[in-house]
Amino acid sequence: MTALAALIRRDIKIALRVGGGALIGVLFFLTVTVLMPFAIGPDLPLLTRLGPAILWLGALLASLLTLDRLFTADHEDGSLDLIVMGRTPLELACAAKALAHWLAAGVPLIVATPVLGLLLNLDASATSAVALTLLVGTPALTFTGMIGAALAVTLHRGGLLLAVLVLPLSIPVLIFGVAASQAAITGPLPFGTPFSILCALSLVSLVVGPFAAAASLRHGLD
Amino acid sequence: MTLIDLANPTKFLALTARVLPWLAGATAILLLVGLYQAAMAPDDYQQGATVKIMFIHVPNAWLSMFVWGVMSLSALGTLVWRHPLADVAAKAAAPIGAAFTFLALVTGSLWGRPMWGTYWEWDARLTSVLILFLMYLGLMALWRAVDDPSRAARAAAVLTLVGALNLPIIKFSVDWWNTLHQPASVMRMGGTSLDKAFLIPLLVMAVGFSLLFVTLHLAAMRNEILRRRVRSLQMMQASQQAA
Repeated sequence: MTALAALIRRDIKIALRVGGGALIGVLFFLTVTVLMPFAIGPDLPLLTRLGPAILWLGALLASLLTLDRLFTADHEDGSLDLIVMGRTPLELACAAKALAHWLAAGVPLIVATPVLGLLLNLDASATSAVALTLLVGTPALTFTGMIGAALAVTLHRGGLLLAVLVLPLSIPVLIFGVAASQAAITGPLPFGTPFSILCALSLVSLVVGPFAAAASLRHGLD
Repeated sequence: MTLIDLANPTKFLALTARVLPWLAGATAILLLVGLYQAAMAPDDYQQGATVKIMFIHVPNAWLSMFVWGVMSLSALGTLVWRHPLADVAAKAAAPIGAAFTFLALVTGSLWGRPMWGTYWEWDARLTSVLILFLMYLGLMALWRAVDDPSRAARAAAVLTLVGALNLPIIKFSVDWWNTLHQPASVMRMGGTSLDKAFLIPLLVMAVGFSLLFVTLHLAAMRNEILRRRVRSLQMMQASQQAA
């Protein structure tokens, strides 16, 4: 237990300090959201309608961008080999790393959402709905994305390959995340239905992600 | 002869060399008979002659999912039993599955033009097949990203199994998303309400296409084994020249 706590603390520290790059994700999120009105036009009612979709796409891309860091740095300096060979079960270690990554890179996205909602002309209830769905949905993005990150690090390939592998897997999260936000804003669907499915998706990825990532690390590293 | 005996690539090559001509012949006969029956089938009272696209479209769509199942079994063979031919089978199946999926998409799109008035409708089935196609392409990209086949095999096996878990979830969410956004405009084609005049040619075509897959898959596996032999011979030659 202490080993896992130490791992989480270490990963958060590395992510937040110089060279960590967790906060670049938020900057990317902000930039993508600011770019959207330039493509769509400064039409406030239209931006209100598209707002949840824009925020969800931005968060999806931002979390994808930072996923690359999940294993790469540890692989480069050799600490990943220590984690794989260590006495802590690799599945738990993977889950701890993903949790640390979510705390360092996912939570800032949720914190930034109210500000970005303001730019997209979303009212308070709409913004809080999007923030709530992001709070529940981004762990699913991190934990499924971790599978892609583990595959990419064993193959010494990151970047585009990671995106191509991970994005199709995140379609359900995107569908239910946007649907729940829209349901809270315009209805007619009750908010609870898509929201609870989104929770279910997150819980499933919490179970599947660490096992698949650990399997690919165990089989892939040499 | 059991699955373990086939682990020896030489025995596998010898067996498939004997089996393949028969399989290819049976495939050709079944597909010819199926196409003839499909051409002779009566026109649908609503859809006219375009209903005949179904005889190509449905077998391709069914194989697009079946091939992922074959790859998942091979992935288990790679990860659990370390069967030497499992990763060859998985690698050979991916492009064939992608081709079937692509054909299902194209024929679906061509069928949609006269029926729905558009080549592409964000219909639940078309959309989930499109995502399946994207996943096949991602898997092929993974195979091509690494030059060491056994390394790529294990990574691809993990991705295939994760995909197999995820595909039903994706299918369900796309269905849900589709009913949310556009309630009507989806054609109805109850499986059981299919008339015998359509059902028999469809079954013949389905069996024919399945045999086509088996034939192509075995041939592609042979090619892959031979390709790996050539590669290792070239490596041996290169190291001898260096020494």
